[in-house]
Amino acid sequence: MQDLKEIQDRVYPPMVEGDHSFGTVSDKIGDLALKKKTPFFWFIGFGIAFMVAQLLLISSSYLLVKGIGIFGTNQPVGWAFPIINFVWWIGIGHAGTLISAILLLLNQKWRTSINRFAEAMTLFAVACAAIFPVLHTGRPWLAAYWLFPYPNTMGIWPQFRSPLIWDVFAVSTYATISLLFWYVGLIPDLATLRDRAKNKYFKFIYAILSWGWRGSARHWHRYEIAYLILAGISTPLVLSVHSIVSLDFAVSQIPGWHATIFPPYFVAGAIFAGFAMVLILCIPLRAWYNMKDFITDTHLIYMGKIMLATGLIVVYGYAMEAYFGWYSASEYEWFMVKNRIWNGPYWMFYWFLIFCNGVSIQFLWFKRFRESPFWLFIISLIVSLGMWLERFVIVVTSLNRDFLPSSWAMYSPTFWDISLFVGTLGMFFSLVFLFVRFLPVISIFEVRTLLPEANVHGHQQDFEENVLEVEYTYDKTDPPNPKVDLP
Amino acid sequence: MEKNLYGVMAEFDTATELVDAARKTRDAGYTKTDAFSPFPLHEIDEALGIKRSILPIMVFFGGIAGFITGIGLQVFVHYIDYPLNVGGRPYLSFPSMVPPAFELTILFAGFTAVFGMLFLNGLPRPYHPAFNVPRFALATREKFFLIIEGTDPKFEYDGVKSFMVSLGPQEVFDVDE
Repeated sequence: MQDLKEIQDRVYPPMVEGDHSFGTVSDKIGDLALKKKTPFFWFIGFGIAFMVAQLLLISSSYLLVKGIGIFGTNQPVGWAFPIINFVWWIGIGHAGTLISAILLLLNQKWRTSINRFAEAMTLFAVACAAIFPVLHTGRPWLAAYWLFPYPNTMGIWPQFRSPLIWDVFAVSTYATISLLFWYVGLIPDLATLRDRAKNKYFKFIYAILSWGWRGSARHWHRYEIAYLILAGISTPLVLSVHSIVSLDFAVSQIPGWHATIFPPYFVAGAIFAGFAMVLILCIPLRAWYNMKDFITDTHLIYMGKIMLATGLIVVYGYAMEAYFGWYSASEYEWFMVKNRIWNGPYWMFYWFLIFCNGVSIQFLWFKRFRESPFWLFIISLIVSLGMWLERFVIVVTSLNRDFLPSSWAMYSPTFWDISLFVGTLGMFFSLVFLFVRFLPVISIFEVRTLLPEANVHGHQQDFEENVLEVEYTYDKTDPPNPKVDLP
Repeated sequence: MEKNLYGVMAEFDTATELVDAARKTRDAGYTKTDAFSPFPLHEIDEALGIKRSILPIMVFFGGIAGFITGIGLQVFVHYIDYPLNVGGRPYLSFPSMVPPAFELTILFAGFTAVFGMLFLNGLPRPYHPAFNVPRFALATREKFFLIIEGTDPKFEYDGVKSFMVSLGPQEVFDVDE
């Protein structure tokens, strides 16, 4: 039977390690939110993140006072840091939806212990992303009638033929559906916290938030239908969001933007960047909070593989961009490629980008790097930087030398460009720290379903019976086959 | 005491026991029943005789409503209320209407799925008689519960109680209203 266990573990690696029951799973994850004592590193981490987040407050206040002249944006580089940061953040969010929706539809059990905080990451990233398009208008209180179709006293409407309006619809829908998905997933876990909380006030808050959930079979029935439908509609939604973001560029006629490959290339890049951020968050989380039973090495290895696969798609995108520039036989397209890669002032950024997104991920082919949390963490950091550079290269190198040489100009960010971006990083990590402290970071009820006891009438045993049958059949073969190669 | 009785509840240790007990309860002819588990159990739907929810149909119509809203909004804005000639393009250019209409389809469908689910489940409901059983707090942790409600046409206190005991539970509780 020992051999059988080994075979089974190889075919279906266990998603929960250690000796756990329904009760210990609930305690271990629930206690992160419920226990009185906040760990010391939490204060350090949150303190730093929250201080950095003040940069956001200062920069946006200054922006509102002075106007967008404080940014380095000029002519012809009329789009710069705000759109780069917007696309970077919204892309990071996409991995959360991929994990929660697409992997659910594909019945990938390993998503279960990472989906909760990946979804939280999506929400926080979308919140950071939304700051940029709103603030870059300089007068956000006037932006309402540019963005949303409501009957205003001036009698004017937004222009629905513009991808920028599609963006408004896509991003606001994405934020709303992500919030609903995340919250629906939280309801049963909030009920668990409600029933376990000792503190009267927390108990009350969790009771309100869990809407009186009591785990009724009739409720679970509709709950699962709703959850699956949300996954089903989130899947095309997440693909549409970054496609529409890419149309902001692709619908224009600027060389280097006007390319049909943009939607799939952007979606792959988004998932690539998002998985890097999931790894950046979950590697320290599992180490500090001792969650290795739930976020196992297998999880990290799978995420590394997805990063490699999506990274290769992105690299293919770079190759195709250059190829299209040449094959288009358009003077401007080919000039843009040369300008971007070796002839222009920003060529170094391009090669740094290729190093970050193309070269660094090649290490993930090797088991040694995939299995090492340290190297995964380092590669994820490099990839996050690389994906930011990718947007910088796409935006700035396409704009700084456009059709008319007389209007060429260089771009460099100002202090406020950078401080606004760093401020959103602070906000993002502050929100992550708050989430880790007050809500269950891993979906408790879904982890329960991973335990063998969750199988009614021991369906787990089916595997063992099948294997025994196979061995029995093979024993009868002549000549006897001593070693059975199982799938 | 029987006046204020909501139902009779039994506690089980494992999911298998709960499903077996639920099946026997259904076979015995009880209809006003419910089971409680810390995670979704697919086998329980059949065991308790739970009918498939109409939620997917509601979501379908929610999505259709979103699509019509999306198209209607754009037709109204660009064709009826304020036709604006941009580069000589047609006022009714369907391809450019697809992205907002698609997003509104998803938005309305998502809202219908979540709020439809809560509505059909009768949530939010902070108070429920089941919470009167102290051990019921474990239903969101590790234990499994089965209840036969007092409104069941076949409900008769002594009979139900002895039936529940015959299912072999950990414990049987009276649930006060």
